[in-house]
Amino acid sequence: MIVVPCPWCGDRNSMEFRAAGESKKRPDVNTATPEQWRTYLYTKSNLADWVTETWYHRAGCRRYFAIERHTVTNEIRTSRLPAAQIRLDESKGS
Amino acid sequence: MSQNRRADRQAGEVIDRNAPVVFSWEGKNYTGFAGDTIVSALAANGVDIFSRSFKYKRPRGVLSASFHDPNCTVQVDDEPNVRGAHRQVQQGMTISPENVWPSLAVDVRSINQFISRFLSAGFYYKTFMKPQRLWPMYQKILGRFAAGGITSPNAEHGYFDKRYIHVDVCVAGGGPAGIAAAIAAAKAGASVLLVEEEYHIGGHLRYGGASDLQTLAELRREVAALSNIEVLTNAAVTARYDMNWIGVIQRQPDILVNGHQIHERLCKVRANTLIVASGLIERPYVFEGNDLAGIMLSTGVRRLLNLHAVLPGKTAVVFTANADGDACAADLKRAGLHVTIVDARNGENIVRATGGKRIKSVQLGDGKSISCDLLIIAVGWTANVPLLNMAGDRPVYDKDAARFFPTDRLPESVLVAGGLVGDGSTNELIAHGSSIGTNSAARSGFGSVVSIPSLARVQHPELYRSTTHGYVDYSEDVSSKDLFAAKKEGYDSIELVKRYTTVTMGPSQGKLESVNAVAIMAEAHGVSDFNTIGTTVWRPPYVPITLGALGGRGFENTRYSPMQSWHEAHNASPLVAGDWIRPEHYGDPSAEVANVRTNVGLIDVTPLGKLDMRGRDVAKLLNLLYVNKFLKLEVGAVRYGVMCAEDGVVMDDGVTGRLGENHYMMTTTSSGAATVWEWAENWLQTEHPDWEVHIAPVTTAFASINIAGPKSRELLARVVEGVDLSNAAFPYMNVRQGSVAGIADCFMWRIGFTGELSFEIHVPASYGLHVWETLIETGKDLGVGPFGIEAQRIMRLEKGHFIVGQDTDGLTVGFGADLEWCIKLDKDDFVGKPELNWQSQRSNYQRLVGLQPVDPNVVPTEASQLVEGTRSIVGRITSSRFSPTLKRSICLGYVEPRLAVPGTVITCQLPDRSRIQVTVMEGLAHFDPSGSRMKS
Repeated sequence: MIVVPCPWCGDRNSMEFRAAGESKKRPDVNTATPEQWRTYLYTKSNLADWVTETWYHRAGCRRYFAIERHTVTNEIRTSRLPAAQIRLDESKGS
Repeated sequence: MSQNRRADRQAGEVIDRNAPVVFSWEGKNYTGFAGDTIVSALAANGVDIFSRSFKYKRPRGVLSASFHDPNCTVQVDDEPNVRGAHRQVQQGMTISPENVWPSLAVDVRSINQFISRFLSAGFYYKTFMKPQRLWPMYQKILGRFAAGGITSPNAEHGYFDKRYIHVDVCVAGGGPAGIAAAIAAAKAGASVLLVEEEYHIGGHLRYGGASDLQTLAELRREVAALSNIEVLTNAAVTARYDMNWIGVIQRQPDILVNGHQIHERLCKVRANTLIVASGLIERPYVFEGNDLAGIMLSTGVRRLLNLHAVLPGKTAVVFTANADGDACAADLKRAGLHVTIVDARNGENIVRATGGKRIKSVQLGDGKSISCDLLIIAVGWTANVPLLNMAGDRPVYDKDAARFFPTDRLPESVLVAGGLVGDGSTNELIAHGSSIGTNSAARSGFGSVVSIPSLARVQHPELYRSTTHGYVDYSEDVSSKDLFAAKKEGYDSIELVKRYTTVTMGPSQGKLESVNAVAIMAEAHGVSDFNTIGTTVWRPPYVPITLGALGGRGFENTRYSPMQSWHEAHNASPLVAGDWIRPEHYGDPSAEVANVRTNVGLIDVTPLGKLDMRGRDVAKLLNLLYVNKFLKLEVGAVRYGVMCAEDGVVMDDGVTGRLGENHYMMTTTSSGAATVWEWAENWLQTEHPDWEVHIAPVTTAFASINIAGPKSRELLARVVEGVDLSNAAFPYMNVRQGSVAGIADCFMWRIGFTGELSFEIHVPASYGLHVWETLIETGKDLGVGPFGIEAQRIMRLEKGHFIVGQDTDGLTVGFGADLEWCIKLDKDDFVGKPELNWQSQRSNYQRLVGLQPVDPNVVPTEASQLVEGTRSIVGRITSSRFSPTLKRSICLGYVEPRLAVPGTVITCQLPDRSRIQVTVMEGLAHFDPSGSRMKS
């Protein structure tokens, strides 16, 4: 069981979290082709490399956040708020 | 015959001669001393044989006198597979050999050894394949031969525990290096967990000479004086996972749980640094007759003699290649045995042991035979590397030292101390361990890093197999001949050979045998470098863990509604529904249905998921999550909604009501409450953080009661204040807030899962029982009665309301579940819209339909298949009941679209293979399709 750094609660055992998988951009529902949509649904890049993932702190603050994890070593180098939240905060700040 | 093999007092003995222990073995009583292992107590009484071997049923004795001794597994009372050479004997234990037939002394199956050429490697695969019709017989016969004890279904319930431990440093192995590492780390200020497999720390110092014992006493004093070292003995580090997540199994710790002595405790350790100080395990030697009782490893003899004061024989031959073998010979001489040395360092060898149940003589390389009743093997060491494997290392073989050594592939958080690294005097091992301990503390910010003194790799002859063939794996009865045969048959990878011959796959998992297996494969291949053969990779667990320990103490939730005491007092039959315990019925579900259809009934629906949603943008969120529209829901109105996932599959359903301008209450299925909450939060947090919505889960904050039946309005009117219940003022699919039975802040909605006029009321949980009892009391003259889940399921099926998870599964698309009416593809965006859009343009999915068997008295089992001819499945039954209202059987099910035409008759195959006919109905509702009752 790895240790996951929650941006709100700090380092916690991964059993406190739900791994929601690779972070992906949702295609536009009105223009997406079946191929684009099903790539979004089913295809994982499955890299042996740094991957950005969404995690949910189920037994903690109940916040979703993103981490960059190396899938070979399980090293985690960043932990941050979801991209949409960061964009929102930036737009408010500017 | 009382302890006739007990030696005089030994300097390091761990037995208490003032505490005799009486136990039974094979039905006879024996006496040992406290501190004896089962095997040492029996050996002190002259018992030589502890088991019959796995395949050939050969009599086997003690080899290493440790936990990993392969043939000392016994049954203790109700507990099978107890390691007899490790477990301490206790007063009153009933101990028996495992799987002997008819007895340990005479096992008729030992005839197997004379037909061993038919039982060679892979004989299971070769012999028992054909004909297939005999498989059940093979299984029965082979079952008799399989090793293992007996578990009684009447065994007493065992108690187990779990614990989490957070430390700076975890030390695996309490030998001199491990102890020194723990002391150094603790002195620097780190918190330390020291884990030792045996009952006492000390490792090989325990059975060493006077100076070893003195050093050990000093080390123990230092450990005891350091409050930041916790020592776990009779415990083992079973696994190391990423980021030093470490499993430790503690056997029989002196801990009570609810007044019961616990059997095992699984500790889950997170340590900043893991120090592996697991040392070396002595290796057996492969030669003819090497499994006879009386043939022991030098460390095994020294354990028996020096720790347990057992004389292992009278006339000993010591085959030695190292200082430990020499020390063993000295110990035996001191104890008065006649000792002959056969020195491998002078080129001497042993080729064959002969005897009956116990060794009688050994033949040397020069042809000479020596009579003896004890043969000691001291031919080298196996590095105990499983934890290094688990940390990612692949140790490398060094020919000169004749063993494997760790490489630099370990993560920074795993350090290695002591004998795994190299050889040295006790002081050198302690100095090495100490520096490793200091550096592990430095990793946690205590003190600073020091340089590590080197440990030399002392030259050792490579001694694996003599000129004869013998057993490699004592647990599985695999001989060197089997390994050569496997090579001949083309199995050249060690991993394949392992699986084919089962070498190293027995209870001892190759702790003693794995390097011998590699050496013999190298020999069979004619190569001298073991590294080209490779090794098998050790995986968790290092030692067996019982399922009880993995299960541990149960901490699962059990949830009850506030009305539980009433249900119990009224003979509710309990139904387990996820975490919840719910009333299934109160004796007669059909009568409960009849009462609801004619009078009025109450059902406890507290587990229904309830999410309180507030904020400016709740409607946008609802409009996104549900397939139907929610932007224009009026205050006071309620709407049924269905959620699909992004793949267009039905996910959950429920009703949502608008309580105020920016205040909504969503209900979910009982099982979907947690999922839907996380789902909603996901959309809010990762896609629409700009939306102002706050969600509070209030499932257990409210007790929920559905009042259903034609007299429900009359009943509720008697206890409600501030709400006009008339059909005009409070129509179907509306929500109102008011007080019920004197309790303010209740809300109630008119919905109709059962198909009857009904009001679902939600009251603050602490008043649930009060409101329930008031309704029961107030409605007596109306015939009010409780109804359970079963009656509700019957009534909803009569009405044709589907249940997510019962009438849908992970492949049920929205359009297949008869939801065309509520999927609004003209919405700009909602979850699953693209898939649902494409669904609407095709028709190749099965459709949910109402079905009625032609024979009204047959109720097809749920999940029965709908079939055409003998080979084609065209649908399935998802729900079926006998309807007390319609006096006939009714169903919901899925059929292929071409069959989803009212009046079509389809064949249904029941589990007993009989076939019935079912008719497709118009719509899903079998009863009151227009909904006149619930809208009345």
